[in-house]
Order: sequence, then C-alpha cells, then structure tokens
Amino acid sequence: MSARALPQPSAASRIRWRKLLQYLVMVAVAIFFLLPVYLLIITSLKSFDQVSLSRMWDLPQGISFESFARAWEVMGQSFVNSVMLVIPATVISCLLGSLNGYVLSKWRFPGSEVLFSLILFGMFIPYQSVLVPLVTTLRTMNLYGSIPGLVLVHVVYGIPITTLIFRNYYAGVPTEMVEAGKIDGADFFGIYRHIIFPLSIPGFVVVAIWQFTSIWNEFLFGLIITNAPEKRPVTVALQNLSGSQYTQWNVQMAGALMVALPTLLVYIFLGRYFLKGLLAGSVKG
Amino acid sequence: MQQAKTIPSPQAERRPGWINRDRITAMLMIAPSILAIAIFVYGFIAWTGFVSLTAWNGILPDYTFVGFENYFDVFNTGRFQTNIRNLLVFTVFFLLTCLVMGLGLAVMVDSVGKGESIFRSIYIFPMSLSFIVTGVAWAWLFTPGNFPEDPTGLNLLFHRMGLDFLQAGWITDASVWPDWRPPGLKTKLLIPLALIPVVVAAVWQMVGFTMAMYLAGLRSIPDEIREAARVDGASEWQVFRKITLPMLQPVTLSAVIILGHISLKIFDLIMTMTGGGPGNNTEIPGVLMYELTFKANKVAQGAAIAMVLLVLVALLIVPYLYYQFKNEVER
Repeated sequence: MSARALPQPSAASRIRWRKLLQYLVMVAVAIFFLLPVYLLIITSLKSFDQVSLSRMWDLPQGISFESFARAWEVMGQSFVNSVMLVIPATVISCLLGSLNGYVLSKWRFPGSEVLFSLILFGMFIPYQSVLVPLVTTLRTMNLYGSIPGLVLVHVVYGIPITTLIFRNYYAGVPTEMVEAGKIDGADFFGIYRHIIFPLSIPGFVVVAIWQFTSIWNEFLFGLIITNAPEKRPVTVALQNLSGSQYTQWNVQMAGALMVALPTLLVYIFLGRYFLKGLLAGSVKG
Repeated sequence: MQQAKTIPSPQAERRPGWINRDRITAMLMIAPSILAIAIFVYGFIAWTGFVSLTAWNGILPDYTFVGFENYFDVFNTGRFQTNIRNLLVFTVFFLLTCLVMGLGLAVMVDSVGKGESIFRSIYIFPMSLSFIVTGVAWAWLFTPGNFPEDPTGLNLLFHRMGLDFLQAGWITDASVWPDWRPPGLKTKLLIPLALIPVVVAAVWQMVGFTMAMYLAGLRSIPDEIREAARVDGASEWQVFRKITLPMLQPVTLSAVIILGHISLKIFDLIMTMTGGGPGNNTEIPGVLMYELTFKANKVAQGAAIAMVLLVLVALLIVPYLYYQFKNEVER
C-alpha cells in the first residue's frame, strides 16, 4: 500500500472494516449457495436406517452408498439414455453450428443477416408453442418416443445458439485470412478445412459444453417426446422419482446428485468455457 | 504454395458477378438448417396458432374453425387468471432480485481481491445444474414439516438456530397476500406465498448468471474514467452512481431480456417443486398448457395458452433482436 492510500488512521480502519463487512456478506451468500449442496451430499450418503427427518441436517454416521445403489436401480437406464442422447446431439450440433457460423460470418449473402435474426428467434420461443405439431410430426416420421427423435429435436432447436456462438467466434477471424485462402485457390471447403477449422477448437469447446449442459439438463422435450419409462432421459426420471411421494429422501438426493454430476464436473474442469457459452447466449458480439 | 501459378484460373472462374460456385456451396450448406428452422420453429408456430382457432378439445383432432373462442374460454377461467397473476408476480420478484443481487455480487467479487475466483465459482455453479436438480433439493429444504413443533428442512434449521419466527408453510402455504379479489376478476391478488420459495430457488440458480454478465460489464469499463472522477474528488458512491451504473445500462437491458424470457418460460422448476400447487397457487401458463394438452386432451385450449405465452416472449425478444440487428448493420 502506498502512503497516499493511508492518509489517516481513521480512513484506514474504515476501509478495513468495510473489507471485513464485504467478506462477511460474501461468505453468507456463499453459505446460501452451498446449503443445498451440503444437504444433497450428507443425505445421499446416509443409509436407510439413518434417514430421519429430525436429524436431516446432521452429518451421516459412516458413509453408505445404499441410496446411490437404489437410485441407480430406478434411474440407471435413464442415465444411459441421457448419455446416448447427449453425445450424438452435441456432436451434430457442433458441426452444424460451425458450418452455419462459417457461412454467416464469411460467406454473407444479401438477406443473410435477416435470416440470421430469424434463426436466432428460434432460441427464445417457449417450446410449448411447438409441442403439438412436434409430437404429430415425430409420430409420422416414426421417431416419437425414441432417442433418435430426441436427438433430432435437440439438434434442430440447438441450431440458433450454436450458430450464434460460432458466427460471433468466426467474426474474430480476420477476413484477410479467408481472402488469402481464396487467392491461393482454396474453395469453400478448402478454406474451412485449412483455415477456419484449425482455429475453431476453442469455439467447439464452448459450443460442445453449452450443448452438453443444456441437453443433459433439458426436461420439457424429454417429458413430452418419450412415453415409455425405459426411454426417458434422466431429468424426467428424477422428476418422476421426486413426484412419486418417495419418502426416502436419501434416494431422491442421491438421484439428484447423479443427475448433477456430469454437468458439475464439466463446470469444475472447464468452467471458463462454460462461462463463455453462458455469456455468448446473451451478449451478441 | 505456388501462388503465382494458381491465382489466375480459379479466380477468373469465380470472380465474375456476385454468384459463383463457392457462394452457391455456402448457401447450400446453410439451407438444411434454414429449412429445419422454417419448419420446426415458424411452421410449427403457425400450426399451433391454427390449432388454437379450432374445436380440437377432445382426443381426436377436430379442425372445425371456432375463431378466438378458446382464447375467450381460457381467459375467462379463474385458473388461467391465477396463472397469469403467478407468472407476473414470479417475473417481477425473480427479475428484481436477480438484478439487484447480481449487481451487488458483481461489485463485491470485482473488488474483493483475495478469494475472487472461489467466490465467483460458488456463485455461478448452480447455472450448470438442471432446474430439476435445483427443484428436488429446494423442495426438500422448503418442506415445512409439522412446524413449529416438528419441523423439517429450513424450518428445522431455523428452529435449531433459535429463529423460530422464521418458520413458515413455504411451498404448502395456500394463502395469498393481501388476499384481495378485485371486482371482475376470478382470482385473488396479489402475492401467492407459496411462490416465494420457487423464486428463491430460481434466484439461487440464475443470479450467478446475472453476476457474470455484470462482472463482464464492470471489467469493460476503463479504470481511467473512474480514476479521473476520483481525482476530481468524487466519492466511491458517486463514482458508482454517476459512472459505473450508467455504463452498465446495456448489461442491465440484456439481463432483463434474458432473465425475463427465462422467467416467462419457467416450467421445470415449478413442475418439480410444487407441481403448480397448493391449489393453483404456483401454477403458470406453461404448466397449464402441459396439463390441458397432454393430460386433459384440451388441445386447442392448450394451443391458445401456448400462443399467449409466445406473444409475451415475442414482445420482449423481437424489439431486442431488432435493435441488436440494426446496431450491427450500422456498425
């Protein structure tokens, strides 16, 4: 600290008090944020005979994975479904988004900006406004109630956000590089493969994380488009578990943790990219 | 690369006019996406709009045209009026809390120094969770139990801390404050108390996002501007009021649009935490549409509600997109 920052003792102590207060408030808010996590973890680690409502805030006596075993019995198939759903949907979304973003940033044509706005609107609509036609269409396509059907739906309704992120990302790639490619005789795909794609890895990471997280966490489409319990994604299974008056809270909490874990891991290890996707969805660059 | 040799032929082939092979390839490449959006977004919306004007309120499709009858029917029910009340109350509380708390947290995180990244990570992590997970966890926290003697969840925590006066019925409380039924309305105003816990859970999940937006905004304000004001003798509060806050206005606008449309579309959280109850005190149009369409076979009425929801979202989003788009063209 420089001398200028400490003109007199009273001001210095005021600053120190303010800092302390700030920390106190921030810690209090952090506790508010971690409270449900604490409850989730301690409850799911309790064995069945330890689950008592009056001791719900107490730490478990010894760690038991009974509740996870039971939750897996009920939700394991759904967990696998979600994995089978999220991987192809994310990969296809990324490729489509990258291609669209490339066209809309480097191969603009008259009306392409208007088209982009029209595409973008698709990401804000309440999906209730498309559900009935969607179900009817998927039925005629023989995709209703199937995982490929859900993949299709997530890919289509993912087009706006993936296109947006890639378009803004590619806007940062100097047009001169594309021009240079043209002069070198590269065509549309040549420029994509040799210039754009190699620069796209961070963009792919952001979009993949975004799509993975939102598809994994999605509920409404899963609820409407799957009818058979064995085809449900994991969010629907969890909601079912909690809605079925299942009084065994440890199983519910273990189920919730199971659903939370994949996206939480992504957040913990790739949080920086997650944040970028988050902000890209709101701030058009 | 042998530039000199490769330039002439392909260039000559591609240059003339606006249309060339690459541009056609580009348009062909984006065509499937445009087609998909045209059908799955615009086509389906038109389809739903059409269904909302028909008599399809049974198991089998019935495309008899009935005009706006479904809209009138729906608006005339106390249930839908209650839904709209809930949606507006939820949106106002959710938006205001997220904005104020998000800005507060952003300012604190921005200036805290030590521990910044830990605090930031803690405030943002719920964003990575599903609303269903959030709902399951918070529903349990807000399960009141037989309070005050035999409480559960937060009530129990309050009891242990000697804060018994904080105990409440939370998601089971069916009362409405101030319990006022205006003439002509079939619902009571104004605030259904059971909605408050849902707002808390939604804020828990989304305030980190608001904070991240404000944080990015704060970091984009050049330090020199604030420094100059300080040199001119402005207090920290004045700097915040007169410089920081106005410069954050675009962020606030974006946040209002994004959070507002999320709030209008909220569905998962309500389904998991309360299922719309007690009574219809936390039900919102998105849930009612689901119930009517997929549980009660009132497809046309459900479609009418979906269209109302769409119009509400469009009122918020279209001007925003238009404004963003216009700015971009001018740039």
